Amino acid sequence: MSTIQSTPLENLHVRLGARMVPFAGWNMPVQYTSIMDEHAAVRGAAGIFDISHMGQFLVSGPGALEWLNKMLANNVAKLGHGQGQYSFLLNEAGGVIDDLIVYRTGDSDFFLVVNASMIDEDFAWMAKHQPEDVELRNESALWAGMAVQGPESAAAFAKACPGQTLPPRNGIVRFPVEGGDAVVCRTGYTGEDGFEFFCPAEKGEAWFERFIESGAKACGLGARDTLRLEMCYPLNGSDLSPERTPIEAGLGFFVDLEKGDFIGRDTLANQKAEGLEQKLVALEYTDKGAPPRSHYPLEDAAGNVISELSSGVLSPSLGKGIAMAYVPSALSKLGTELFVDVRGRKFPAKVVKKPFYKPATAKA
Amino acid sequence: MNVPQNLRYNTSHEWVLLEGDVATIGISDHAQEELTDVVFVELPPVGKTVDVGDPTAVVESVKAASDIYAPISGEVVEVNNEVEANPALVNTDPYGKGWIFKLKVKNAAQVEALLDAAGYEALIG
Repeated sequence: MSTIQSTPLENLHVRLGARMVPFAGWNMPVQYTSIMDEHAAVRGAAGIFDISHMGQFLVSGPGALEWLNKMLANNVAKLGHGQGQYSFLLNEAGGVIDDLIVYRTGDSDFFLVVNASMIDEDFAWMAKHQPEDVELRNESALWAGMAVQGPESAAAFAKACPGQTLPPRNGIVRFPVEGGDAVVCRTGYTGEDGFEFFCPAEKGEAWFERFIESGAKACGLGARDTLRLEMCYPLNGSDLSPERTPIEAGLGFFVDLEKGDFIGRDTLANQKAEGLEQKLVALEYTDKGAPPRSHYPLEDAAGNVISELSSGVLSPSLGKGIAMAYVPSALSKLGTELFVDVRGRKFPAKVVKKPFYKPATAKA
Repeated sequence: MNVPQNLRYNTSHEWVLLEGDVATIGISDHAQEELTDVVFVELPPVGKTVDVGDPTAVVESVKAASDIYAPISGEVVEVNNEVEANPALVNTDPYGKGWIFKLKVKNAAQVEALLDAAGYEALIG
């Protein structure tokens, strides 16, 4: 990408002292104070992330439900009004184009939140398959978005939005605010209770500051990555790719093979019937060691390179290296010992149950 | 920003304290602040010979690994095992308990060629 885009909150991040980095074509804050600090704020209290770079699509029209069920791997028909679900946009071979969240806002109205780097590609793919009785709109530029996450996020919402009620877990609500509407979704990418707040782009700064005043600490992409990896939430482009299916990624729970045909279904059904050659596993260091990072080689006990890490980090909550990697199914059993190669030094790790970390706060 | 007057500095943010023919090396206060929370330090083996500019140690934050370059040539005569056990010392005491390795210096003129405190302050602005 030749040009770096700015979110409506960029000037505010700079004013707040953030360190800015290019991410997925956007100039984004990686941290304000430190990743450890911000990570701890989300696990212990509340943090706020700029997610304005993410995309928002509106899908409506009499054929919307039927069409989305052909485009997406999960079953959209299971959604009641005001409910959302995690899903996948797959290519013909069952590989992941994008992982996204689809919310039902009416009988034939849907709100999709897609990954920043995939807005154009997702839209082009969907537009290519769009029937006449469905309207598809890319509203990504209209909205500023922020994710407030942590055990005290509901309290921050109550303070910032008096008189309004948070939707239940995985829900969505819309209410008028100055300059337009706010859309509030209760999902999240950290494992903690929390919500996403979308508002008219030009009101973004004011709302972000309002949530900070209500108790949320400004957090950057660095903490977002450590938090999501502790939960084994996949990152598109690292843990998910057009060459991997959701079944291989261990996300079969979000795929409905019974709902009828959808793009990519054949590959997924075959994998389900015949078993997988490779699987995405969670790896945890058995001792202290250099932080694992994506693309570091992974070896078996005999010293053969079997794979590379798709994600890796030193977990701030656990104090040890955690990683994910696609490995041959024979090496995917819990307890299997593998070795992460960091600049020639081998650090032992074992396959563990997902997620790495269980948030103490119960989700509403 | 703390830039002690008695030290010399490399443009890649290592500091050097020369005592006799042994130089102690660490990273500056500015560097540790840029890196933020140091979570891992990889030390060189004692006895290793390094030349100016050789990557000699690695300091890692949560997000990134950064090479620490030898500001001068010499032989590694001692490493700080304490920072291996407690990497945060690099953040909390970069010029003291957070030192990283010591070199037996071949050529003291190389130390003279490094930036002095004023020069380093100008560099980091």
